[in-house]
Amino acid sequence: MNDESGRDSGRIRIRVMDYFAQQFINGVSLGAIYGLIAIGYTMVYGIIGMINFAHGEIYMIGAFIALMAVVAFGISEGGLVVLALLSALLVSMALTSLYGWVLERVAYRPLRGTQRLAALISAIGMSIALQNYVQLTQGARVKTLPPIIRGGFEFQFGNTEFIVRLSTLQILIVVVTLALMAIFALLIAKTALGRAQRACQQDQSMAALLGVNVDRTISLTFVMGAALASVAGLMVTLYYGVIDFFVGFIAGVKAFTAAVLGGIGSIPGAMLGGLLIGLTEAMWSGYFSIEYKDVATFSILVIVLIFLPTGILGTPEVEKV
Amino acid sequence: MNPPTLLSVEHLTMRFGGLIAVDDVSFSVEQGAIHALIGPNGAGKTTVFNCLTGFYKPTVGRITLHSPESRTPFLLEQMDDYRIVREAKVVRTFQNIRTFPKMSVLENLMVAQHNHLMRASGWTFLGLIGAPSFRHAEAESVERAEYWIGRTGLAEYADTEAGALPYGEQRRLEIARAMCCDPVLLCLDEPAAGLNPSETEELSELIGYIRDHHHISVLLIEHDMSMVMGVSDHIVVLDYGQKIAEGAPETVRNDPAVVQAYLGSDDEDEAGESEDTTS
Repeated sequence: MNDESGRDSGRIRIRVMDYFAQQFINGVSLGAIYGLIAIGYTMVYGIIGMINFAHGEIYMIGAFIALMAVVAFGISEGGLVVLALLSALLVSMALTSLYGWVLERVAYRPLRGTQRLAALISAIGMSIALQNYVQLTQGARVKTLPPIIRGGFEFQFGNTEFIVRLSTLQILIVVVTLALMAIFALLIAKTALGRAQRACQQDQSMAALLGVNVDRTISLTFVMGAALASVAGLMVTLYYGVIDFFVGFIAGVKAFTAAVLGGIGSIPGAMLGGLLIGLTEAMWSGYFSIEYKDVATFSILVIVLIFLPTGILGTPEVEKV
Repeated sequence: MNPPTLLSVEHLTMRFGGLIAVDDVSFSVEQGAIHALIGPNGAGKTTVFNCLTGFYKPTVGRITLHSPESRTPFLLEQMDDYRIVREAKVVRTFQNIRTFPKMSVLENLMVAQHNHLMRASGWTFLGLIGAPSFRHAEAESVERAEYWIGRTGLAEYADTEAGALPYGEQRRLEIARAMCCDPVLLCLDEPAAGLNPSETEELSELIGYIRDHHHISVLLIEHDMSMVMGVSDHIVVLDYGQKIAEGAPETVRNDPAVVQAYLGSDDEDEAGESEDTTS
């Protein structure tokens, strides 16, 4: 009798661990995607001090272009999936970057130098416009994509019936994200473009007086943010298999929350924030209620804004004298 | 025989609404010479600088740069600020220091070589994969930066954040950074402001060195008269936006109009239109 109950509680403990491990895996893959989108928010904020509220829509457009590219390349299981996915990724990065570039050119650059609020309102307007543009051209129906990348690893701890799954796609998401992060860190720290971006962040007119083309540097910042968002778009399309014209809104606000949580303006912060938001969402869905996962995320936004307005890795803004 | 003219400013006028900050000023700068622009506060010196470097578009006037590196002259008043640096190679410093405070001294100097590095990095892609051509260009830039770090006596601060530097060192960093832009004309806005006499002495030597060893023309705004008289080859005096005198230091020093502008005459107080836009 005693022996029997001991084994039971052991089994439950293993099950608790299993469940946690599964939610952790899910949370990390989701967090990687949020992190990629969050970088776009944080970079634009860093360089021109503006929240680009249309960035979620850029991500949504990235997802649509990725879906179309995947269909156009006729990717199905087997064959040269990797090569075809890579081409789809490049096409979607290129076209989405173009959207990011045009967005900055049309909606923000003419307002630069006026009040900050003007660009913010323009961003909200562009967000609505882009949503409707996709709804009109692509239809309001949910688009689906059958799973392309299958397979993965299964772990079973002890003799429980609960199996922890780590899919190939989840590994791919994390690996691609880490690789992009590394490239990004290198770009910001070591290349002339990254140095110019940091210079513009500190003093735009001085950078111009040293021969830096500030307008172009800002354009390229938008292009880079859009390229990363399109990668996130492709991965979400592959991961969930469904997208519609409205996915950009929720994902955008969550990525924005991630950027604020990590410290807006800080690129490692955006990644960290994304990870934390992804984990929160997965854990909340796993242990509390899946219906309220968005509420949990946005509560974090509120709490961070009240108690830690500079975020985890952000530096407090010192008023220039 | 006179050395060739590098910069000619003709009939430069800058109006802000009803206020005329610079009124029909003409002067020229010779190649390989140090010219100073002096005058009481609010005379319009910094406004002239702002017109030269594209920060303001002049209301009237023409600013021509006959660069030794280009066959056709540059019309500076028609160029964007970053192109004035990149193509015409006119570079300025500020009277209130403007470094990039969160970057190291070395990186500040690397920003000044942005265009060279950007080209070498092939739109960043070559830079990311560490292509030999980019690494070569970067090594060159670091070398140039280190040369100027040494010249301006900042060697021990090379990896320090610019914002943490002492005041005098920040001033010298601005000059080093301007020199990394490879200028043909260096415009210094009150470089000696806030420096003690020995630092000012070093600064004069540095400016002389830049002219003598790099054959770069310098246009200088400065209030420290002993420094201006000591270092300049030619002086232009402004007062209330107008040129009241110009010539060699000796000539200018004894010019009655200059003496009057600096020391004031009895009826000066009643003039009542001396609002400053520039200081």
